[in-house]
Amino acid sequence: MNATLVSSLIIFALAVFLGFELISRVPTLLHTPLMSGTNAIHGIVLVGAMLIAGSAESNVEKGLAFVALVFATVNVVGGFLVTDRMLDMFRRRPDDRE
Amino acid sequence: MTLPLALSQNVINLMYGVAAILLIVGIKRLSHPSTARSGNAVAAVGMAIALVFTLASPVIDSYWLIAIGVAIGAVIGVASARLVRMTAMPQMVALFNGVGGGAAALIAAAEFHRLAPDPGAVSGDILGAGMFSALIGSISFSGSLIAFGKLQELLPGRPIMFAGQQVVNGLVFGAAILFAILAGSTEDQVWMVLLIVTALVFGVMLVLPIGGADMPVVISFLNAFTGLAAASTGFVLDNAALIIGGTLVGASGTLLTVLMGRAMNRSLANVLFSGFGVAPAAGAAGGAAGGDGQVVREIGADDAAVMLAYAKHVMVVPGYGLAVAQAQHATRELADLLEARGVRVRYAIHPVAGRMPGHMNVLLAEANVPYPQLLDMEDANPEFTRTDVALVIGANDVTNPAARSNPESPLYGMPILDVDHAEHVIVLKRSMNPGFAGIENELYYNAKTAMLFGDAKSSVENLVGGVKNA
Repeated sequence: MNATLVSSLIIFALAVFLGFELISRVPTLLHTPLMSGTNAIHGIVLVGAMLIAGSAESNVEKGLAFVALVFATVNVVGGFLVTDRMLDMFRRRPDDRE
Repeated sequence: MTLPLALSQNVINLMYGVAAILLIVGIKRLSHPSTARSGNAVAAVGMAIALVFTLASPVIDSYWLIAIGVAIGAVIGVASARLVRMTAMPQMVALFNGVGGGAAALIAAAEFHRLAPDPGAVSGDILGAGMFSALIGSISFSGSLIAFGKLQELLPGRPIMFAGQQVVNGLVFGAAILFAILAGSTEDQVWMVLLIVTALVFGVMLVLPIGGADMPVVISFLNAFTGLAAASTGFVLDNAALIIGGTLVGASGTLLTVLMGRAMNRSLANVLFSGFGVAPAAGAAGGAAGGDGQVVREIGADDAAVMLAYAKHVMVVPGYGLAVAQAQHATRELADLLEARGVRVRYAIHPVAGRMPGHMNVLLAEANVPYPQLLDMEDANPEFTRTDVALVIGANDVTNPAARSNPESPLYGMPILDVDHAEHVIVLKRSMNPGFAGIENELYYNAKTAMLFGDAKSSVENLVGGVKNA
């Protein structure tokens, strides 16, 4: 086991802990937006897609990386926008009714 | 293009730390109603920081591929997020989740292709993490597409099953694991391709037998899967941003899945695997009971409108049928008319009514229904005994009294809205077909229940017309 793996594992363990701690009590109302928001956050794979695409040498790697880029960008951009649209629905106060 | 502003990896990693903090704050804020919207924005800023500083990485020596890919993805992402109707948002989330998983699998495949010509040069943990990304990412991709298909009604919502399904699924999963081990040990491309293909097949097989009513929980579960796949690519690429972002989603997504299951009084295992055996048998039994010479009373829109117009307390119980028919505006119009006549109208919202928890709140908010009129299940249930007419608009399983009384029913133990405690019940429904869970609803055979058949929107509009004339 090398030092990189050890520090990666520590980061991983802390992130697992944090992930569980962060959302102890969520009102049912927010389950969908929270799912949608965290869904956008795993669009962070775009970081990986960029790194792979920027350093790809063979055409196979470029092709795979390209599709990964498109997929991950859809995940990030669509994910955050759709969450924002959902949450916009909750913003209205009752007195905005008329 | 060559890189204009390469930063050292240390600077980039520091900025990844900043991005991670913003993602954490974002998730934290997303779980409180007043801060949710800003939470989403904070997370988006964190994401932007991670992405911008990634572009400055010394590893990247060509930008054109990135530019084109991101541009195409951004156009698709913006268009689909902006154009989708409110009712179609659940399946949109499924789709976005699927492509995220697919991206993770493709990254693992590309990196494997780059490393493979040099067997033995890569350490086992990187290979293992790569196999995990490919496996989980592919399952999440195809599983999410099936979930999308079910919610979009391209596929039947009912569980799709065949004899020996569990055994077949087990074998498929076993094959995927075997291919992962072979790919890792031989570093031969063939096994990687087989691994991804088999994992895709498994994703399809995993979601097909799950009923549409459980799709939200499945999407949440696959969301956590994609998070873990992303984290795993972080191990492959030795990238802290990926590990933190992915793991946060993996962990919080798992907990959210459990919370959603709890709202339906189901365990995760029950949601994922009960479709394999329990639900169809019980569903069939329920159907038989429904056919035992029980009669359904049908009512016309005008008669129903009169019942509503001369009631004191009306409780509207919205469900997926309202969402599908886009009946929320017509429903509010009906409620306004009734209120003008002095009828007290309120809405009883079951936590899992619709296809997603919170689905009904979103729709009714869109129609500007005032907040104080929305009652959640705990507050609504004691009110049904004082309700003259319960108006069920396209809700089914969440009103089924079998959940209280029939231990044989797959719904048994699920908290439901006690609609049958109201003096009269009017059910708006397209037909007598059972709901998404495929279970017969005893409520419809209750003596105090009257059925108004038709599309929810046109039925509500007919009611509006009827109340005006009443």
